[in-house]
Amino acid sequence: MLSRTADHLYWMARYTERAENLARMLEVNYRMSLLPQGPEIVEQGWVATLTIIGLMDAFKQRYGAVTPANAIAFLVFDRDNPMSIYSCVRAARENARAVRGTLTSEIWESVNATWLEIRVAGMRPSSEAEVGNFFEWVKHRSHLIRGVIQGTMLRDEAWHFTWLGTYLERSDSTARILDVKYHLLLPRGEKAGGAADYYQWSALLNSVSAFEVYRRVYRDLITPRRVAELLVLRSDMPRSLHRCVEQLYTHLIAVRNGQSAETERRAGELHASLRFGRIEDIFELGLHEYLVQFMGRTRDLGERVSRDFLVSAAD
Amino acid sequence: MPGETPYDEMHAPDGSVREHYRTFASWLARTPKDRVAQKRTEADSLFHRVGITFAVYGEEAGTERLIPFDIVPRIIPAPEWQHLAAGLRQRVRALNAFIADIYHDQDILAAGRIPAEQVLCNGQYRPEMQGVDVPGSIYAHIAGIDVVRAGAGEFYVLEDNLRVPSGVSYMLEDRRMMMRLFPELFAQHSIAPVEHYPDLLLENLRSVAPPGVNDPTVVLLTPGAYNSAYFEHAFLAQQMGIELVEGQDLYVEDEFLYMRTTRGPQRVDVIYRRLDDDFMDPLVFRPDSMLGIPGLLAAYRAGRVTIANAIGTGVADDKSIYPYVPDMIRFYLGEEPLLSNVPTYVLRRKEDLDYTLAHLPELVVKEVHGAGGYGMLIGPSSTKEQIEDFRQRILKSPEKYIAQPTLSLSACPTFVEQGVAPRHLDLRPFVLSGAEVTLVPGGLTRVALREGSLVVNSSQGGGTKDTWVLER
Repeated sequence: MLSRTADHLYWMARYTERAENLARMLEVNYRMSLLPQGPEIVEQGWVATLTIIGLMDAFKQRYGAVTPANAIAFLVFDRDNPMSIYSCVRAARENARAVRGTLTSEIWESVNATWLEIRVAGMRPSSEAEVGNFFEWVKHRSHLIRGVIQGTMLRDEAWHFTWLGTYLERSDSTARILDVKYHLLLPRGEKAGGAADYYQWSALLNSVSAFEVYRRVYRDLITPRRVAELLVLRSDMPRSLHRCVEQLYTHLIAVRNGQSAETERRAGELHASLRFGRIEDIFELGLHEYLVQFMGRTRDLGERVSRDFLVSAAD
Repeated sequence: MPGETPYDEMHAPDGSVREHYRTFASWLARTPKDRVAQKRTEADSLFHRVGITFAVYGEEAGTERLIPFDIVPRIIPAPEWQHLAAGLRQRVRALNAFIADIYHDQDILAAGRIPAEQVLCNGQYRPEMQGVDVPGSIYAHIAGIDVVRAGAGEFYVLEDNLRVPSGVSYMLEDRRMMMRLFPELFAQHSIAPVEHYPDLLLENLRSVAPPGVNDPTVVLLTPGAYNSAYFEHAFLAQQMGIELVEGQDLYVEDEFLYMRTTRGPQRVDVIYRRLDDDFMDPLVFRPDSMLGIPGLLAAYRAGRVTIANAIGTGVADDKSIYPYVPDMIRFYLGEEPLLSNVPTYVLRRKEDLDYTLAHLPELVVKEVHGAGGYGMLIGPSSTKEQIEDFRQRILKSPEKYIAQPTLSLSACPTFVEQGVAPRHLDLRPFVLSGAEVTLVPGGLTRVALREGSLVVNSSQGGGTKDTWVLER
């Protein structure tokens, strides 16, 4: 298929996934801010979120004070923030529009309808209560788009590039969610198990739809180590790093070409390290350090995928 | 020529409903108004959701607008269509013969049937094409011929579009929409299908591949997502199952054309291009074009790739050449034209110029190279100032203009704000030339939504209707 087409599909999927993950991240913050706690703790949560997605400076310049209302305005509806949910939905739609000939009409219609709806939603300031509904809506639209892709798309190269984008984005995002919360939670909760801690950890699990999963898998108290194990190493957890890299590797192999050998090797190596990795070793290195390393490696894979397939060097 | 009262597609002069509209009219009469209103709203939201929009030039970049869709179909009875289709095929055969002749022996010029300078000094004449053979001697593979009904109901050809005619996606989407909204109407009528147009088009494009290519790769070349007809480009590529490419996706090496794919270069044999000649190859035409492919013309002239429509077809659809088309039919085919031209005054001729200047308030004046309803004067609906302004422009360069009598275009009942009222319309059938000359029964019906307006172009606020050719 055309390199440019593959590129648009890949980014359509990435932006759709990014909008969803942003909604998940914000939802967990929002839920935590409803817990009985001091305003400085609430602020700390938003600062951590803004920092981890690399937008703290841009935010400070435009909004100044870190308040839930400001943070949500910036991260949800701000058209000038290229990482806001609004901008991600728009970018997903622009990419889809550029290749709508490759998409099934159902995929195009669901991506386009999402954009048309958020334009209306974006017009009116949401009340506090509506914010929660809005995050739900973003997640639902993303589920819908993924479902339509799953249900209507031919299993050809276009399909593999779409999922490559999805899993690269998701692996990065799960790592970020885990990093920001872990960072924030651990210094305070030397011993996990207090009521506040319980809510914090369960909010984190909820943000990646893993709360019930945790209960099923461990049938025990929520501990930081198990949360990390679940989200890093379990291959049966759909948003875990292991699962994402495994899928990424599968789709990469399916589209391999004459110049992608090194990219495959690196993806395979990363997959193996997750498959055979132990949570003890990760904690010995430090979870934060581990996650930073991981994000570096997926960024490298993303750049390599672009170079090998999407911006064709032929001439 | 044209009478004062426009021909009404649905009603006879005595007010009765014409035979071929009876079933529809009685359906409309018995269908509750609120159901019709609800269906019209549904159509709007469906078009929006599907994203059938077009970009409007001159407005904020990327502005997308819906072309209004009207639910009252334009119905054409079978015998009328057969006559029209035969006339269209004849016309397009002659036009292709003319272009082939112009770029080879120029017999028609030698015979003195068309003044040579009018062809050879025309900006649309491409000397680069002189002596180049193209597969099957077909140049205008896709022709959109605009026809109108005037006077007592006879068809006239208003314009031949032989470069990159657009609008066929609306023909297809309007049909899909009508079937979705009012399936019962399709059960009650015997309406000729148009849905196979993309198959015919692909078949046609494959039939003109360079000789020796067995399984040709066909691509659709678009200027990109911000072109006003981008929706159509994407739609057609998808329906035909071919790649939608931009200039940056293609490159020429050793006079072969390739596209950049995720698995490396792939040969391309046929380009269905929706890009004007000027932008196709910066090495030959506009050097500032970022949309084309450097070296394409060399590959084309070497016969390694087919371009549809061919480079240089504009020489035949220019408004100053239009008056000669009936003569082309006689010259190349030895037949009498089945369809009439609208009488046309060519202002480069002294006597035509004098007549036109004396009758401006009753004429339509068009720019020879104009398109899309831009740059024209409609005498009867213009103010004195507008007419004077145009007079000065004509005097400055008369060769740039032609004039025609103001046709009283036929009208068809149409939903407008005040209810249902007659509005003027035209019809653009799409004629495909390859191994054969074919067309699907129907075309794009455009309707002027403003009362009394004769301008049906979508860029000027026109709408569309589904076009039904009855099978019996």
